[in-house]
Amino acid sequence: MQDPKLLFTAVLEGDAVTAKRVTEEALAAGVDPQKLVSDYMIPAMDEAGRRFECNDYFVPELLIAARAMKASLELIRPLLTARGDQPAGRVAIGTVKGDLHDIGKNLVAALLEGGGFEVVDLGVDVAPEKFVAAVKEKNINIVALSALLTTTMPSMKVTIDALKQAGLRNQVKVMIGGAPVTQKYADEIGADGYSDNAAAAVALARKSVTA
Amino acid sequence: MSKLVQDLLAQGPVITDGAWGTQLLLQGLSSGDCPDQWNLIHPDRVEAVARSYVAVGSQVILTNTFGANRLRLAGFGLADRVAEINRAGVEISRRAAAGRAKVFASLGPSGKLLLMGDTTEAELKTAFDEQARALAAAGADAIVVETMTDLVEAKIALAAARATGLPVVVSVVFDSGKDKDRTLMGATPEQVVTELAAAGADVLGANCGQGIAGYIRVCARMRSVTDRPLWIKANAGLPKMVDGRAVYETTAEEFAQQAPALVAAGANFVGGCCGTSPVFIQALKGALGAGTTRPR
Repeated sequence: MQDPKLLFTAVLEGDAVTAKRVTEEALAAGVDPQKLVSDYMIPAMDEAGRRFECNDYFVPELLIAARAMKASLELIRPLLTARGDQPAGRVAIGTVKGDLHDIGKNLVAALLEGGGFEVVDLGVDVAPEKFVAAVKEKNINIVALSALLTTTMPSMKVTIDALKQAGLRNQVKVMIGGAPVTQKYADEIGADGYSDNAAAAVALARKSVTA
Repeated sequence: MSKLVQDLLAQGPVITDGAWGTQLLLQGLSSGDCPDQWNLIHPDRVEAVARSYVAVGSQVILTNTFGANRLRLAGFGLADRVAEINRAGVEISRRAAAGRAKVFASLGPSGKLLLMGDTTEAELKTAFDEQARALAAAGADAIVVETMTDLVEAKIALAAARATGLPVVVSVVFDSGKDKDRTLMGATPEQVVTELAAAGADVLGANCGQGIAGYIRVCARMRSVTDRPLWIKANAGLPKMVDGRAVYETTAEEFAQQAPALVAAGANFVGGCCGTSPVFIQALKGALGAGTTRPR
């Protein structure tokens, strides 16, 4: 068996082939799958996020790191599910009603998956009632809303209000993001969190499920 | 350098136009509407925006075709209307220009990321080829490949635009990194200029993503690696939401005050992006005294 520490480097450097191989060997040798996630993979994604913060990494490096993590998680997840372990959290993500932009939303979804979250991607131009239905049916703990246009930002508030009206607001955390979105706007519309980039969105999601 | 660009630059910096999207909102475009479709259903309102820039002295105006590629139009069920939407867009701007301004046709990004596997290089090539051909056939003077975030996609669009034989501007968004001097993909101004110049762009540029102050620094860095003309269109700062409406905080005067520094940093084409309006262009004109012959 190769040293599972290699998994940290493989994820950080976005080497999906090595990440998968080390994971397979470690699992075959009887290493606890949860330990692989918490001791090597999550720290690797945290380091990738830190490098993003200091401009060593940009979106391409983050994405390939997330992809390497996902390759490894695909081997691990069934084992965790079989023994009843829960994912880091369940996120319903979508670009709000009226807005067709999906790049930012897709990046955040990919990085959340890489971060160990189960992600339900509702797509673009998502009506508030679709978010409500997802929360009701899929045991969601985080609702992530994206908007690129100043004209569609108000749909974020409408979605939060719809969650309130459905009596679901207290069982989920709502996080928002997108080029024109600000912390101030998040506060105004009663969102629980805001992030100005995809890497920080994962940290925010993790904080909001442990809080 | 193409003759068109040479002639335009002969008398000093060229004043382009300001925002279209935020101006169309004032004309009644609402959230969820397809702005490009307005070329067919509200040509009068689109022409009003074009005319408003010609009236204050824009020497170059763009077209309402930013999102008129097959991939974006598909989101509105309009993928089969590419040719007519682009043709109408160019015709509207040409009517408004009436020979007083050049029409540089806008070609924006696909809205898909190659890196995520959301699209392919072949699909992008087909979409941009189709749009560029329609813009050229309708009589555009040049093509502006703008608001690009990915150099790979920008080069595919540039190749499509060059194939028409028209002069091509390629303009990229710098909105990432601590100092907002990187593209989404992490490219620096020096990298962007070097790669796009090698790929044959006639004019290189930066637009959207931030206000004018940051683009003075970006422009100087672009100028440090090229002699080609540079095109800069900054936002009127970044929007703040006030009572559910977007407010851009930079005033036309503040914007124009920084324009001489932008020109000193090497900009040749100067205009505005999101949140700017004809008032901004008028102020720019005042600040740069453009259109009058002056020593260079």
